[in-house]
Amino acid sequence: MTDPVIRISDMNKWFGTFHVLRDINLQVAAGEKIVICGPSGSGKSTLIRCLNRLEQHQEGTIEVEGVSLDGSLKNLESIRSNVGMVFQQFNLFPHMSVLENCTLAPIWVKQKTKQEAEALARQFLERVRIPDQADKYPGQLSGGQQQRVAIARALCMNPDIMLFDEPTSALDPEMIKEVLDVMVELAEDGMTMLCVTHEMGFARQVADRVIFMDEGEIVEENEPEAFFSNPQNERTKMFLSQVLSH
Amino acid sequence: MHRDAVLQALVLVAVVAGMVWLVGNVQSNLERQNINSGFGFLSERAGFGINQTLIDYTEDDSFGRVVVIGLLNTLLVSILGILFATLLGFSLGVARLSRNWLISKIAMVYIEIFRNVPLLLQIMFWYFGVLRNLPSPRQALSVGDAMFISNRGIVVPWLEAGAGAMWYGLGLLALAAGFIWLRRRALNAKLTSGQPTQVWRPLLVLALALFGAAAVMAGVPFALDVPQLKGFNFRGGVTVIPEFVALLLALSLYTAAFIAEIVRSGINSVNKGQREASAALGLPESLALRLVVIPQALRVIIPPLTSQYLNLTKNSSLAVAIAYPDIVSVLAGTTLSQVGQAVEIIFVTMMIYLSLSLFTSWAMNRYNQRMAFVGNAT
Repeated sequence: MTDPVIRISDMNKWFGTFHVLRDINLQVAAGEKIVICGPSGSGKSTLIRCLNRLEQHQEGTIEVEGVSLDGSLKNLESIRSNVGMVFQQFNLFPHMSVLENCTLAPIWVKQKTKQEAEALARQFLERVRIPDQADKYPGQLSGGQQQRVAIARALCMNPDIMLFDEPTSALDPEMIKEVLDVMVELAEDGMTMLCVTHEMGFARQVADRVIFMDEGEIVEENEPEAFFSNPQNERTKMFLSQVLSH
Repeated sequence: MHRDAVLQALVLVAVVAGMVWLVGNVQSNLERQNINSGFGFLSERAGFGINQTLIDYTEDDSFGRVVVIGLLNTLLVSILGILFATLLGFSLGVARLSRNWLISKIAMVYIEIFRNVPLLLQIMFWYFGVLRNLPSPRQALSVGDAMFISNRGIVVPWLEAGAGAMWYGLGLLALAAGFIWLRRRALNAKLTSGQPTQVWRPLLVLALALFGAAAVMAGVPFALDVPQLKGFNFRGGVTVIPEFVALLLALSLYTAAFIAEIVRSGINSVNKGQREASAALGLPESLALRLVVIPQALRVIIPPLTSQYLNLTKNSSLAVAIAYPDIVSVLAGTTLSQVGQAVEIIFVTMMIYLSLSLFTSWAMNRYNQRMAFVGNAT
């Protein structure tokens, strides 16, 4: 196995007195696809938000591509521009067109020219199958389209790692598939992905590993086949029975 | 539908009839009491002095000119007040949100003091409490023997412009245009070559070139007029009267407190996710503020900010309390007491404020429309 691109050791985090992440140890290899699931409040979103330091951990170490994330970090921006993130609520910039959403960071962070940035943006909009919406504004698009723009916006920075924080949870059922299809393609192209989701079908299809979290701990992790057919822990069994029963 | 139209027509007729009756009533009453009506008085000799005039004025000028003087004085204090209140208010609003405890608390204390004391009292405080208690001109506080602060106001040196000063004015205009052009060029260069280009150095070169050219065309047609104490008062320079300073200070400081709260709530109204998305893309915080947060906050800030601008302009009429010669003071005050035509004079004064306010609203609404989102923003 090559050197892991993400290495988390004995990491702990508190919100005030609430112990939200407990002794997390996790290594992710380049190209690996990880699905993180668990009941709400289990700390899974907080975990991936620690990976680009939207949240700060208090104990232990997190290394992303060999750089340790801690308070002394000078160029957090350069780490962040290599780690793309997609949010549950899309978080597109409503005052900018789709194209401007996608070119903002390449122009101002990567110092690309407008022409280069737009060419790149159109290429990724093509890839998420909405090339014809480039000049519209986020408010004119459906939820599914907005989330695909958000994915294209993150991809425009050519990230090595993509983080997905419940990307389909805010979508109407008929739009979930169009977003998942884009994510499956991205996985097939070899992107390193960490994905917090309740879409178990997606997990079965693309995940190399499924991680189950509860009460701030990684309770169980396994390959999807074994994870779903033969869960070891009682809490995992109960969670799966609730998610898969309907 | 049909009945609504009939009802509305009836109401309209009733309102118009009421107004016709009111106007007729006023006219017949005025005639019975032998009070003049009409606007003939505007061309009559005013006969009183005004202690701050932006254009030439003597007691022999007409009441019409008094209206213009008062309007200009109102505009002067309002425009400068809006400018200072906006600058101070935005700084305080951002300071209020600072992560630095001390800065945030200082801003909070300022806001709570200035917005909770009546404006009239604040005007009186600056005028009677501070500026009128300064030493007399003979003991004036001197700044480098050029600027003097006394209970008669602040006297500052002035550039006396001679023939050819116009060339310098043109140079200044060209410089402003050059600044806008250079900024646009810098942004274009950033977007086409990827690298930011300089604005300030070429601007300095342009300034030297333009004023050099003006000096060649017209020489140096300026003489510095430094104030000097002669007898009991100062001669030369320009005197900023204490009434103006007190009113401007009070209006700016008071309105800034409200603007600060508007700015704070505007920035807070931008979804936290917007900052997170900017950060996740690697945008530094300053750029995220400038490109993502502020443009969205402005959409929320502008409508209440417009109200504050209107308030400031209208509140400037409190000038009467300290006899600053604004439009209310010279027109609805002095002129009214001399002419006695209350209906016309109050009407003109109200129309002037109405026009100012409608113009301000119109301009701010145009600005706001440019900020509006397209589609249903979440």
